[in-house]
Amino acid sequence: MIPKLTHRAWNRLGLFFVALVMISPVILFFVWMISLSLKYEIDNGAYPPILIPENIAWSNYAKVFEENNFLLYFWNSILVTGAATILALVIGVPAGYGIARLKAEKAAMVIMIARMTPGLSFLIPLFLLFQWMNLLGTLWPQIIIHLVVTVPIVVWIMIGYFETTPKELEEAASIDGATSWQVFRLVALPIAKPGIVVAFILAVIFSWNNFVFGIVLASRETRTLPVAVYNMLSFEQVSWGPLAAAALIVTLPVLVLTMFAQKQIVAGLTAGAVKGG
Amino acid sequence: MASVTIEPTAARDLAAKGGKPQRLAPNYWPFVMPALVVIGAVIVFPWVFTLWMSVNSWTLGQEQTFAGLDNYIRLAGDMRFWESMWHTLVYTALSVIAPLILGTLAALIFDGEFPLRGFLRGVFVMPMMATPVAIALVWTMMFHPQLGVLNYLLSLVGIGAQEWIYNQSTVIPALVLVETWQWTPLIMLIVLGGLAAVPREPYESAEIDGANAWQKFRYLTLPMIAPFLMIGVIIRSIDAVKSFDIIYAMTQGGPGTASETINIYLYNTAFSYYDIGYGSAMAVVFFFVIIALSFVLMMVRARTNWSDMEDR
Repeated sequence: MIPKLTHRAWNRLGLFFVALVMISPVILFFVWMISLSLKYEIDNGAYPPILIPENIAWSNYAKVFEENNFLLYFWNSILVTGAATILALVIGVPAGYGIARLKAEKAAMVIMIARMTPGLSFLIPLFLLFQWMNLLGTLWPQIIIHLVVTVPIVVWIMIGYFETTPKELEEAASIDGATSWQVFRLVALPIAKPGIVVAFILAVIFSWNNFVFGIVLASRETRTLPVAVYNMLSFEQVSWGPLAAAALIVTLPVLVLTMFAQKQIVAGLTAGAVKGG
Repeated sequence: MASVTIEPTAARDLAAKGGKPQRLAPNYWPFVMPALVVIGAVIVFPWVFTLWMSVNSWTLGQEQTFAGLDNYIRLAGDMRFWESMWHTLVYTALSVIAPLILGTLAALIFDGEFPLRGFLRGVFVMPMMATPVAIALVWTMMFHPQLGVLNYLLSLVGIGAQEWIYNQSTVIPALVLVETWQWTPLIMLIVLGGLAAVPREPYESAEIDGANAWQKFRYLTLPMIAPFLMIGVIIRSIDAVKSFDIIYAMTQGGPGTASETINIYLYNTAFSYYDIGYGSAMAVVFFFVIIALSFVLMMVRARTNWSDMEDR
């Protein structure tokens, strides 16, 4: 009995180290990203490279906010992602419910094809439309075009979710005289809460990360964070410290969300919610 | 249109309660309408408009004229377009195969039991969710031929300095390295879902028969997770074919046009040269390439399931 136990313990330890090797590229990358963001230019240009510098350059972070309007861009990102996600939930959750109950496979097909379409092919016509409507220069074009990403994600996840929730309760409620809206609002919606959380998290992440819509539609005042960090590359002397600091600031909210909502993200992604755009 | 069949049990309940059937048939269309309007405006309208623009000749700031199929004919003879097709093909194939192998390996590891498994899995999933542009910028610094950390790491194991994204012949593999780093976790998650459904018994009898680890994987695990691998291939192919952020942020299609995929060429045509008509034609062709690709993959998937059934 005892040798068998130790054998198992050894197995577990062995697997632990194999797993550590497997994820080492991830750990190395993020450690190096943090290291780059905390070093002065001299240390970032040193050969052989320095991992932990003698003087830590917290000033890189201050520089990002001072010199690049980063607070404004942060706020833009929050507005665009927030509005596009909330609108998508308001529109997409009932739609997912309706499509699941109607078994409307054609509607589901449109959503599927929309997810496969490259974001750029939406961009040409919508860009012209926004220009014609004189909306460029405001955040509206980006909020509207981010719906291309968020609405299909929400609808797709909610179809899958409502298909698994039991119909019996809803039928009982409607027999008792509830209207379809009441059935949805009071019976279906509360059960679907976990699905809504999954849809919300994925919509936030994919909208936050979106870059391609921003580079075309954003003007100087309406940039979102991914566009702002990219522009740091092209517009000034490339200094690695502040650039890495900015990259970390952009992606940190998403990484924190990933760590805390791992279960929901895994559930959503394995349900086939691929990134849109 | 809004007919909803009431299931037998519900009908019986109705009869028991003495309610009038049909009166209660719920109308679900109002739930779908707002989404249909939005999807019509931001998804279907652009499709139709792109199709219309593709038969027009129009560079922004110049006059728009009907051009028939001119744009498509021009596309067929455009060497740069065919090159970008080839780059897309190579990029996609590599970006599917590498994550597929590594992701399956990772899934086999994470299917076992070991300390901190949940936490380590969380770390492993992080690249997939991280902002692609931010990731790309840091990789660009790591790829730097003189100051980058990667060449330093290679020198530690005695491998000479590489030029990574700064050389025409290594740029695509270097970009694929980033793509693989980012998307291997997705394959891992999908395969992990497949492994969870794999039964224990066949392995026990295989062990009695003296099968080694490779044989168990090859003849037991692999056939059982094949449908999940196929889902992984489909999702990964569709994503890789339209990959934009990483390529654009790191190389913008360069050096020269060595890493210019269809998506990048499309972007340059429409938003650098503002050749809207030609860009639209490219978008239409690209759209059908993706649809064709998905269709072929779905067919292969149907066949995988079929042969899987036959084996049993």
